[in-house]
Amino acid sequence: MTRAALSALLSHWRRHPLQLAMLLAGLALATALWSGVQALNAEARASYDRAGAFLAEADLARLEAPAGLIDQADYIALRRAGWQVSPVLEGRVDLGASRVTLLGVEPMTAPPGAVAADLTGADPVAFMSAPGQGFAAPETIRAVGDAPFELIEAPEVPVGQVLVDIGLAQALLGLEGQVGRLVLLPNQPLGLPPLNEIAPHLQRVDPETETDLAALTDSFHLNLTAFGLLAFAVGLFIVHAAVGLAFEQRRGVFRTMRALGLPLGRLMALLAAEMLIMGLLAGTVGLVLGYLVAGVLLPDVAATLRGLYGAPVSGTLQFRPAWAAAGLAMALAGVLVAGGQGLWQLARLPVLAPARPRAWARASGRGMRVQGVAATGLALLAGALVVIGDGLIAGFVLLAALLLAAALFVPLVLAAICALGERWARGPVAQWFWADGRQNLPRLSLALMALMLALAANIGVGTMVSSFRTTFVGWLDQRLVAEFYVTARTEAEAEALRAALAPRTDAVLPVWFAEATIAGLPARLYGTADHATFRDHWPLIAEAPGAWDRLAAGEGVMINEQLARAADLWPGDTVDLPGAGRLAVAGVYSDYGNPRAQVMLGIDAFLAAFPQAPRLSHAVRMDAAEVPALMADLQDDLGLPHTLMSDQAQAKAVSLQIFERTFVVTGALNILTLSVAALALFASLVTLSGMRLAQLAPLWALGLTRRRLAALDLARGMVLAGLTAVLALPVGLMLAQVLLAVINVQAFGWRLPMQVFPADWARLGAWALLAALVACALPALRLARSAPADLIRVFAHER
Amino acid sequence: MTHPEPPAALAARDLVKRFRTGEGPVEVLRGVSFDLAPGRSMALTGESGSGKSTLLHICAGLEPADGGAVLVAGQDIAALPEAARAALRRGTLGLVFQQFNLIPSLDVARNLAFQARLAGRHDPAQVAELAARLGIADLTARYPEELSGGQQQRVAIGRCLAARPAVVLADEPTGNLDEATGDRVLDLLLEACRDAGAALLLVTHSPRLAARCDARLHLHAGLVAPA
Ligand SMILES: Nc1ncnc2c1ncn2[C@@H]1O[C@H](COP(=O)(O)OP(=O)(O)O)[C@@H](O)[C@H]1O
Ligand SMILES: [Mg+2]
Repeated sequence: MTRAALSALLSHWRRHPLQLAMLLAGLALATALWSGVQALNAEARASYDRAGAFLAEADLARLEAPAGLIDQADYIALRRAGWQVSPVLEGRVDLGASRVTLLGVEPMTAPPGAVAADLTGADPVAFMSAPGQGFAAPETIRAVGDAPFELIEAPEVPVGQVLVDIGLAQALLGLEGQVGRLVLLPNQPLGLPPLNEIAPHLQRVDPETETDLAALTDSFHLNLTAFGLLAFAVGLFIVHAAVGLAFEQRRGVFRTMRALGLPLGRLMALLAAEMLIMGLLAGTVGLVLGYLVAGVLLPDVAATLRGLYGAPVSGTLQFRPAWAAAGLAMALAGVLVAGGQGLWQLARLPVLAPARPRAWARASGRGMRVQGVAATGLALLAGALVVIGDGLIAGFVLLAALLLAAALFVPLVLAAICALGERWARGPVAQWFWADGRQNLPRLSLALMALMLALAANIGVGTMVSSFRTTFVGWLDQRLVAEFYVTARTEAEAEALRAALAPRTDAVLPVWFAEATIAGLPARLYGTADHATFRDHWPLIAEAPGAWDRLAAGEGVMINEQLARAADLWPGDTVDLPGAGRLAVAGVYSDYGNPRAQVMLGIDAFLAAFPQAPRLSHAVRMDAAEVPALMADLQDDLGLPHTLMSDQAQAKAVSLQIFERTFVVTGALNILTLSVAALALFASLVTLSGMRLAQLAPLWALGLTRRRLAALDLARGMVLAGLTAVLALPVGLMLAQVLLAVINVQAFGWRLPMQVFPADWARLGAWALLAALVACALPALRLARSAPADLIRVFAHER
Repeated sequence: MTHPEPPAALAARDLVKRFRTGEGPVEVLRGVSFDLAPGRSMALTGESGSGKSTLLHICAGLEPADGGAVLVAGQDIAALPEAARAALRRGTLGLVFQQFNLIPSLDVARNLAFQARLAGRHDPAQVAELAARLGIADLTARYPEELSGGQQQRVAIGRCLAARPAVVLADEPTGNLDEATGDRVLDLLLEACRDAGAALLLVTHSPRLAARCDARLHLHAGLVAPA
């Protein structure tokens, strides 16, 4: 009995291969986009973890000098006193054909168990003696090519880094006698002299629970995840439509089989098994596709993360079984969600329920009312959250409520527009055009909702990314206004540096800072010279009158947006500074990408409060064209390593390049999501076209040619898609607003001003219409070419 | 006969129609001819599967014949381009099928007026009178799916008559109606056609209904047989 029933059920798909293809394609694409994005995220997270585990620094405290570098003498003094510390020196340097991060370690003292210790411990003598050895990932070695010492393949080293002996690192970086930080090993002996006696100027930094990289790159991954989830939802619309149709079309078969004695439970089990098999099949295909998508996008994502955040992400994808399992589970959950409704209806249907195709449309009239109530409720919830919502979770709930409400409203608004069109139309054909559009809306509404969501996501995320880029580039120009930045290693060197710079530059501005706790938050305080560089360019988002004068006079401070939002400090408030007393907040400036609190105060007030602050870093205003020559001279005359100098024009160009690659990623995801929506529309139109003959045959018999009917069908598809695109615009802008003003603030502490890009909308609208045209073309063509016999059959045979 | 016959509103000349089936070609019509003058009615009878509907579809230009010709007001419709044949269906012919006549997305009032408006001959007063005579006047706000089969059929007849076609082609239009209603609707059809000078070709199973037409045509084995 089971086999007979199964073959009867499956014969449906043999007769509707296109429907089956749609179902599988929808599910496969949904799984592909979701799992592709997850693969990207997993790869990046694995890279962060690898970087953290490399020196086991994720778990160990370390000692740092506020000035930046630590004298090797301090290290030796600490070791002599019995402290178990291991030196690390890190820096960027050109090696062979590539620029890499050198990681200098000392094998004898490296934290046991850390990857670096295992690598260097194999043959410490070869590692430490000239010309030395370096460990690097295979891709890094390929990129470097020829190096002055032996490079050994070690896949566990983060990409872009080279592990060398600390002496070699000092030589290559031009930092002899200096170390970057001292890692405090676990299990220090008892009874050691206190740290602040041996090295009072060193600071103990505790390990962070989350790596800085993870925190910094969260926003990027959040975007990717949101995209993946949305694409998955859009794909599910396709699956839902196809499964729903298959259930409806087979209702007669169900009825017959139950009338012939097949128990309901068995029937439902068979259908569930059928969906399970399809889920597994499409899920597997989706995983393969997702892996390919991720493989194509990973180099750009890795470049973005490396460039934007310095995160060492490998450009090659690894296969992770957990990822595959999660992707398959998602596909199965998706098909069950999509088919659950059908199963539920089947369970409640009386055995002899009539198989009336148009009863569906009537039932959906009731459905429309329910939908309207739900949409209104969600919209009210979103509105309430805007007013009273607080926290990241509330932000995401707001996002979900907003998108769902908007999607649910789409068919209602389109139905209202069609009703108006019918009322206002003059000719009988025009009236029919609108009436027919309205009648078929329930069939198309899922696809149109998917299209709306895809377009809104495009507009929303596009607006956010573009706003971010415009703001960030502008901000970069403001913040990095100086042409040249340079840091000395010692106070004496700084003195010589200032003397060398003075005759060749327009201004040498101090970038001197100290660490302190402000309003309960760890913060960095900068001493700022009174100079046009700041007055004219600094990106203030709020200021009191005469802000710069008050700063120069030592009466006020500027704080960054993160501190302002976290401590609720705005112009008009005052803030307590250790050593400087209570000062007014004169202004708040934007400080993207920096997770910490920051305060600027006048240079005089700063030096009075922090007399021992190192005075090593400087921003230099000068003719940008002279920078390379100056850098070369400083290197020759003062022996200043180039790692301590940066040419701003070059740095900015690199930042912009990285942004372009970010755009490649979001752009690709945008197009993929839109394609899935177009496919959803295509699937609905194809399945609809099968049952539309009965609607169209009377018109044909009454003297409308098939070509005209096809043209009208095409026009209707385009009109509905066009209206949907128009509806998507405000939704997308609201989405962008929520992302910029709610999610960003809750997640990262800063708010981005929204900027609109109408040219992008026009382009997107054109894409949407093109996608709709492609989706509508085939069904319309089929209609135009349909044989009269197919149409006649409508009248001649009992259906 | 003293006057010459007026030119036939609808004429068939040696119509041949074959269908390709799984068991090879089947010849459904093998040379069918008839003439139908304006204002006259003709019943087309024959057992199920004898080709009545096929003949009607060919007469309406919905399907091409494999041989012979259909003349509407003396014009060979096979010689017309598809657009002109469609225009003929809009302006000259009126079709009533056994089922699925109505446009599901339009309400009864719009369905009734649809063809008349397509043909540019819409007269609201006439439509209202037709609706009253067909007993569907109080259904005008409903949609086809909310009507019984018989009610749908009467709307289809009303839609056809409202357009005042020169030739009415009806395929078992009363098949869905009970006998009394069927008789009343047929009366109306015959009367409206006679009044408007329209030719009526009526496919029916019922010898009783066939008897009320001016002429009868019986199809058997693809040929016209004596009734
Ligand atoms: N499209 C078609 N393809 C094959 N055979 C057909 C087709 N349409 C009708 N027929 C066959 O032609 C014959 C006449 O059909 P039809 O005109 O519908 O008969 P009637 O209306 O007299 O019952 C039947 O045997 C039918 O099976
Ligand atoms: Mg028939």
